[in-house]
Amino acid sequence: MDALDLARWQFGVTTVYHFLFVPLTIGLGVFVAGLQTAWLRRTRRGEDGEHLLRLTKFFGKLFLINFAMGVVTGIVQEFQFGMNWSQYSIFVGDVFGAPLAMEALLAFFLESTFLGLWIFGWERLPRAVHLACLWAAVIGSNLSAYFILAANAWMKHPVGYEVVGGRARMTDLWAVLTNSTALAQVPHVVAGAFVVAGGFVIAVSGYRILREGSYGEAGMWRTSLRGALVMTAIAGIVVAGTGDQSARLLREQQPMKLAAAEGLRHDTAGASFSIVPGVEVPSLLSLLAAHDPQAVVQGTDDIERRYTAAFGPADYTPNLPVVFWSFRVMIVFGMATVGLSFLGLWLTRRRAGPPRWFSRLCVLALPLPSAAIVAGWLLSEIGRQPWTVQGELMTAASVSPGVSLTEVAATLAGFTLLYGVLALAEGVLLVRHIKAGPEPVPVEPVPSGEARLTPTLMY
Amino acid sequence: MTLTTFWFIMIAFLWTGYFVLEGFDFGVGALMPLLSRSDADRRQVLTTIGPVWDGNEVWLITAVGAMFAAFPVWYAHMLSGFYLPLFLVIVGLIVRGVGLEWRGKVTSRRELALCDAGIVAGSVLPAFLWGAVFGHMVYGTALATAAGGALSLTMAMLHGAVFVALRTTGPVRARARRAALFVSAAAVPLAAVALPSLPGSSALTVPDWSASPFLWASALAAMAALASGVALVWRRREGWAFTATAAAIVLTTATLFGRLWPAPMPGVTVTAAASAPYTLTVLTWLGVLALPGVIAYQAWTYWVFRRRVSARSE
Repeated sequence: MDALDLARWQFGVTTVYHFLFVPLTIGLGVFVAGLQTAWLRRTRRGEDGEHLLRLTKFFGKLFLINFAMGVVTGIVQEFQFGMNWSQYSIFVGDVFGAPLAMEALLAFFLESTFLGLWIFGWERLPRAVHLACLWAAVIGSNLSAYFILAANAWMKHPVGYEVVGGRARMTDLWAVLTNSTALAQVPHVVAGAFVVAGGFVIAVSGYRILREGSYGEAGMWRTSLRGALVMTAIAGIVVAGTGDQSARLLREQQPMKLAAAEGLRHDTAGASFSIVPGVEVPSLLSLLAAHDPQAVVQGTDDIERRYTAAFGPADYTPNLPVVFWSFRVMIVFGMATVGLSFLGLWLTRRRAGPPRWFSRLCVLALPLPSAAIVAGWLLSEIGRQPWTVQGELMTAASVSPGVSLTEVAATLAGFTLLYGVLALAEGVLLVRHIKAGPEPVPVEPVPSGEARLTPTLMY
Repeated sequence: MTLTTFWFIMIAFLWTGYFVLEGFDFGVGALMPLLSRSDADRRQVLTTIGPVWDGNEVWLITAVGAMFAAFPVWYAHMLSGFYLPLFLVIVGLIVRGVGLEWRGKVTSRRELALCDAGIVAGSVLPAFLWGAVFGHMVYGTALATAAGGALSLTMAMLHGAVFVALRTTGPVRARARRAALFVSAAAVPLAAVALPSLPGSSALTVPDWSASPFLWASALAAMAALASGVALVWRRREGWAFTATAAAIVLTTATLFGRLWPAPMPGVTVTAAASAPYTLTVLTWLGVLALPGVIAYQAWTYWVFRRRVSARSE
């Protein structure tokens, strides 16, 4: 065990942890903004939309509890490149830093500033402006996903650069921002985030339906449940489609990851897809990876041989069992969630409550997609090893030379401990607020002096 | 002016924005228990920064992200070189962030106290450590590290106290004024010791008269701004006092970055640390197009929440 191993563990622990909160922020923000929009439209038409306002505030509160964790754990990510991976930072900064700077300037400012306005602006801003603040914030969250995934895609499929004096230099920003890998993985990950958020709302609604024994006042839980089911089903289709596209890009750009995900040792024409070891569907892998049942898919042993010839002797094979099983967990858990959403759409089509067994099943929609999306990241990032930048820079050469084993060990222990405590606290807070349910909304928000003062200045 | 010089100034600008804006957030967080006699008071104090602190913190994310993009070598050396202090900064920002966000979502006294502890520790720690890190970057001595930390902490507390006095009514406002005067008793002497050596000397408290006149001017102006800030607090001119403490932070940061030019760290020159002209040009367009908008909508936030926070509201 050396500093490199611990630095990798630290990156893994802090990134997976960060990514438990981020998908929920991305998807739930849009869901809450959708609820508030529905409420505003309905009240504008003079209809009663109180249940929509209650849902907005209820899910808004859960959103904010989670948002806090996404933000604070994100700081770690930006610092960590320089702290633990200084050689990587020096090599990639010229290319990799630009999308990060764009993320901060174009996305994070939008997200944080307008969310502050939304949280504190309920009675201070005109309703439409207040709603627009939430939309601005959630657009910021989604935009941040694009920039960070474009940066990440460059590690897997570097484009638009040249290497001068041991440092990568950007030659084409457009190529970096429209990297084929980014264009496939952005919709894949963002849609995955909507599945996670949809699953969260499905689970919370299912729990409330169980607890209240019905769809609740004004059928509010049917509203949230059906909204989330539609969101999950649509996002699920996008995830599957873009996943297919990613698999084909893997065959061209990262054959080792594809081979590892399949446990394929040798180059094979008409490669079969192993569902679990020993159960194989003939030619399916070739069909999936190339849309041609006879196509050749490279195997780990043969790639290892070719990489050794090209880059010199080293171990070019990632951790095979982790990559193999992550792939299966991702697919099975993800498909289970989407299947649940289609089943739910059928079962909730009438206004009478759904069968109890389905409400119970809904609770599973919380852990399943989170496990799937985390497994997807393990597949994607562990499958990239031993490279930090595919074909250019190896992980072992990326680590900070001046940082000692003790320092990495101390911070790894510190982060793990702190994150453990905070995860517990967030869990307790979420459960408490979900159990308490939505608060009754005062008849009409009483306009304060400020609210009467400001509108003229807003338009 | 070369692109490299321009981006060094931009980095300095982003750090300045961060220190001015999160400076008062830190001060408010650090002083919150001292300015309050009840939970209502604490809520009143925290409401002054409630809508804005998260947006203020993005200045840090942007400053560090821009360093990564424009000066990768400096970014890498600074972050790996100040490994443990920056770890503690992050820990501070984490516990402060969740403390501020979760405080309104808990009710029991014990949980409120935990959130408050997170807010106080998470404000004091980074406010001290940023000064310590930059103090060490300039002089490399333990004394300078401690003095830099003490100066940035006390200046943040003064700035925050003035901000609370400016943004509240009632007893909290009066307490904030007294706290500002009290903190200035530490901040002013520290500034008087640390700032004169910042323009050029290699050791603390040894002024270098041959240093750049621009740096001397900005260091002296920083001291003048700080002193006038204290005088204005005394005279209850809170708006002007806040302007003065903000100016003191701007001028101190300007002196600091002027001092860091052209070699911010041992063995790291700005020229060698910079990205290639293509990337710097891309970043320039990004900054020119995005920053004015960011500044405009953040300013609008302050306008929306411009009213003083009374004990009853929120």
